[in-house]
Amino acid sequence: MTAALTTTMREGGVALVSFDLQGEAVNKLTRGVVEEFRALVDRVESDSSVRAVVLVSGKPDLFIAGADIDGFLELRTAAEAEALSREGQEMMNRLERLRAPVVCAIHGACLGGGLEAALASAYRIATDHPKTVLALPEVQLGLIPGAGGTQRLPHRVGLRQSLEMILQGKNVRAKKALQIGLIDELVHPSILLDVALDRAAKLGEGKIARERPRATHGLGDVMLEDNALGRSVVFRKAREKTREATKGNYPAPLAAIDAIEQSYLGDRPKGFATEARLFGEMAVTDVSRQLIFLFFAGAALKKDSGVGEAAVTPKPIEKIGILGAGFMGAGIAAIAAMQGTVVRLKDAEHARVGKGLKEASSILRDQFKRKRITRRQLEDQLALVGGTIDYSGFGGAGIVLEAVFEDLKVKQTVLAEAEVAAPSAIFASNTSTIPIERIAAEAKHPERVLGMHFFSPVQKMPLLEVIRSKATNDESLATAVAYGKRLGKTVIVVKDAPGFYANRILAPYVNEAGLLLDEGVAIDAVDKALVEFGFPVGPITLVDEVGLDIAGKSSAVMLGAFGDRMVAATSLAKVIEAGRTGRKGGKGFYKYEDGKKKGVDETVYPLFSSNGQRMLIGARDIVERCVFAMLNEAARCLEEGIIASPRDGDVGAVFGIGFPPFRGGPFRYLDTLGIPTVIRALEVLDGRFSPRFRPAGILREMASSGTRFYPDRERPR
Amino acid sequence: MPTFGNGRRVAIVAGLRTPFERSGTLFKSLSSQDLGRAVVAELVARAGLDGKEVDTLVFGTVVPSVLAPNIARELALLPMLPKGIPAVTVSRACTSANQAITDAADQIALGHANVAVAGGAESLSNVPILHSRGFANALVSASKAKTMSSRVGALARIRPRDLVPITPAIAEPSTGETMGQSAEKMAKINHIPRDEQDQFALRSHRLAAAGTQDGRLTSEIMPYYVPPQYAEVATSDNGIRADSTPEQLAALKPVFDKRYGTVTAGNSSPLTDGAAAVILMSEERARSLGFTPLAYIKSYAYAALDPGEQLLQAPVLAAPLALARAGLTLGDIDLVEMHEAFAAQVLSNLRGFESQLWAERAGLTKPVGEVDRSRLNVMGGSISIGHPFGATGARITTTLANEMKRRGNRFGLMTLCAAGGMGFAMVLENAS
Repeated sequence: MTAALTTTMREGGVALVSFDLQGEAVNKLTRGVVEEFRALVDRVESDSSVRAVVLVSGKPDLFIAGADIDGFLELRTAAEAEALSREGQEMMNRLERLRAPVVCAIHGACLGGGLEAALASAYRIATDHPKTVLALPEVQLGLIPGAGGTQRLPHRVGLRQSLEMILQGKNVRAKKALQIGLIDELVHPSILLDVALDRAAKLGEGKIARERPRATHGLGDVMLEDNALGRSVVFRKAREKTREATKGNYPAPLAAIDAIEQSYLGDRPKGFATEARLFGEMAVTDVSRQLIFLFFAGAALKKDSGVGEAAVTPKPIEKIGILGAGFMGAGIAAIAAMQGTVVRLKDAEHARVGKGLKEASSILRDQFKRKRITRRQLEDQLALVGGTIDYSGFGGAGIVLEAVFEDLKVKQTVLAEAEVAAPSAIFASNTSTIPIERIAAEAKHPERVLGMHFFSPVQKMPLLEVIRSKATNDESLATAVAYGKRLGKTVIVVKDAPGFYANRILAPYVNEAGLLLDEGVAIDAVDKALVEFGFPVGPITLVDEVGLDIAGKSSAVMLGAFGDRMVAATSLAKVIEAGRTGRKGGKGFYKYEDGKKKGVDETVYPLFSSNGQRMLIGARDIVERCVFAMLNEAARCLEEGIIASPRDGDVGAVFGIGFPPFRGGPFRYLDTLGIPTVIRALEVLDGRFSPRFRPAGILREMASSGTRFYPDRERPR
Repeated sequence: MPTFGNGRRVAIVAGLRTPFERSGTLFKSLSSQDLGRAVVAELVARAGLDGKEVDTLVFGTVVPSVLAPNIARELALLPMLPKGIPAVTVSRACTSANQAITDAADQIALGHANVAVAGGAESLSNVPILHSRGFANALVSASKAKTMSSRVGALARIRPRDLVPITPAIAEPSTGETMGQSAEKMAKINHIPRDEQDQFALRSHRLAAAGTQDGRLTSEIMPYYVPPQYAEVATSDNGIRADSTPEQLAALKPVFDKRYGTVTAGNSSPLTDGAAAVILMSEERARSLGFTPLAYIKSYAYAALDPGEQLLQAPVLAAPLALARAGLTLGDIDLVEMHEAFAAQVLSNLRGFESQLWAERAGLTKPVGEVDRSRLNVMGGSISIGHPFGATGARITTTLANEMKRRGNRFGLMTLCAAGGMGFAMVLENAS
């Protein structure tokens, strides 16, 4: 194996170490790399001609991406993981104590272990470049920083900043990193190396002190961070907020707080020991395993062309047409403009187009307000979206995306018009219920018709289902998949069948929640049980958010397709009949005041078949009925080939409908529960509510053959 | 026959404009840059032109923005165009967009460019308001001051009268005469009675209203959804009054000469915000890119006279020159578009075309001739449509080219007057 670290001696006894991990796109701290670092430190210690070290990356636009996450999956016990953390800490401690001071010259992402190394170094210089971001994202994988990050960061940037960085795991841009004292200098990329070499030489000569006080220190720091009382307030608040946000489902953020707190108690070895112990505990939690699985599954999908082995090149897309300037159309327009695509946003009337432009512009403006883009970038993105009430400017569009009213006839009409206006375009429907095959029934080019099913709100929801009909060709499919990825989406390819995948598995889950209401269970009891299970919102709140009219239409389609094994909940239908539309109309299952949700609207209960009669059912039963209905449906989708793999099904459920990430997705959860256990539970339920809980065939087969969806501990591909 | 282009014919392949809106109305919060960016973005999108094909961008504006003096470059930096398009802003009063178009056409004729975007933009809602000399001097000295006390001292020199802002008037720097006063003077010299001016204005409104109604005008107008609310959308020119009556026009008081005057707000073009642009290509490139030209530029000419004389009469000198360069006479011209700064000016220009005196001044033996009114400004003009100074020339170019195509006319002539005593004329030839 070729070495990842290359050392060259520069003027003034400065050793320039370039990190370039061979055969990998990114630099990560594999076991091999750590060995090399150890050897390097040994060499520097014994070579008195080396007075300082500069660490730089040999990769373009990336410093160090962090630890080798593959390695984490091989950890069997907490003790093993703790030992790994100890090793990392030891490495960083040696870096910190190295006779020759180390300067990190950071260009590009500096994440996890990369930032921990930078924190252990004597001096940090970063480039003023959009690609340069620093973060400790470990909690996003259910872990905590394990190489001294929880011990060093608070004393570099302060307690509150460090809590924010470690508990959120979000990227910090270079400019902010300078403001909070995370880095010492911010420079243009072209002078990074020169400045780093100069500072290293000065550190080596003692002209720059190795120990420097924190750069920023405000009144808030004095009051809340410099004394134990202030800190106890901060820690208490942080724990409260974290418990509320994680609902007890994610242990890592609380563990991180414990480790950070220890760093203030004056016993350095104990602080590091606490960090290592907690890292060890977290690394073997099921939560972490599932989150790492999702991380890999998402990464694998980013590389998936969607057409398997077929050798087709996706067409480059420079212009798209969007039909329908509603909430969906406008959202798609906004994310397309963010990627530099020219967008023609068409609707039937100027007022509707104007509303769509307003919506798109507020999504774009939001990025400007968050300082993600400059004013000129905002103006450019706005300039890319052109509103129109005719098909002018559609010529040359690579994709025409329809987000018009959910009506087959309307969709067929606009398809026919689009085929004239944009003769070479792919026609993509954003339908959530109508089969693509039917939309394409009269198309001149059904091979260029497919579905691109975005989730609302488009700018926030990470999933895109690309739907392939029997007629769709590989080139169109690959183009839609590639463009969806360009829009920043995680794309799964699904088969053309009612509800596709995400909505298909959502339907029995929501319907079961409705049936519980029919039986007299309280609205908030249903929602609460499923939020505690880990969904971001409960099923009843969800239909209020989506819009009862839309939910009703969707459920009608699902009943039409699967009515033989589904029993429609009457509560939902009654509430729709009463003219309620959910949040957008200010009236649904819940009350809304000034757009704010205000608790259950008790006046809906008399509408239910329970006649306002209330019944108590345990949260466990609620969860079991709703979730098992979903799991069973997901299994059917795999069986019918709606999704290509359990991986796609898990990612689709987590990214599309908020299936609890710490459970990994329906298939991972089935594996966790054990398929035979699930079958037994389904059979009991089927006994009570035949036939809607009849176990999917694939589950029975797997139970009898004793197989799982995922081989244990294997990295998903 | 001398023809512009030395064998490289320049085609107008597409044209578009924003609606023209009276200043202080719908576009009051937009800058000329906003208007220009919108029209170029929409023109390129509608034409289906790949931005990478554009070689140069020339834009005209009369009242430049102090913050972005080279508006053309800001337009060329639109995201659908590559960053490497050199761009220049030109200024020749009300013929600034014509200057942009002829500059771009020259570049194409010379072989320096094959595809150009040219046009103009103007926001007369957003003219720079200047500080007085005294205030400006104090600010400059304060900014150069090295100590706090000298800074305070510099600012202390400001007097109340220094705080009165200066709004630039539309006046000739050389004569101090405003545009309206010049029109008033021309009405008197050329004996243009009030009712003839009013009738011409009425005609302008009625023809523009008809052109809007039947969609000929609106087909060259992009809908403008007004940011940041996008609740209002401008789809046509808001200065056109379909219901204007002779009585209403007659009731208006003269603005520039209250006692003997005839020029009123009703028979003058209003202050307007808007932008317009065209795509020009060499004939060859248009063909290879699959564009069907609307018209070719046959010839053009600029002329000028003493601004103290008849400020807006130079079209009378420019038109015969352009016709001569095209090897044509007025009799060959099927359609005429004349810029209507004032009815008094259009009518003075028309009298000039018929005058032996003006023929001699232009070096001709006989007058240009009488313009057939049924072929003149057939969809109205600047009086009704409005007149964003820097943009009007591109509007007229697009309208003339489109209408010639619709009518199957062979040759069309446009003339524009401009401040500084200048005039412009261009002959277009049907491409089909």
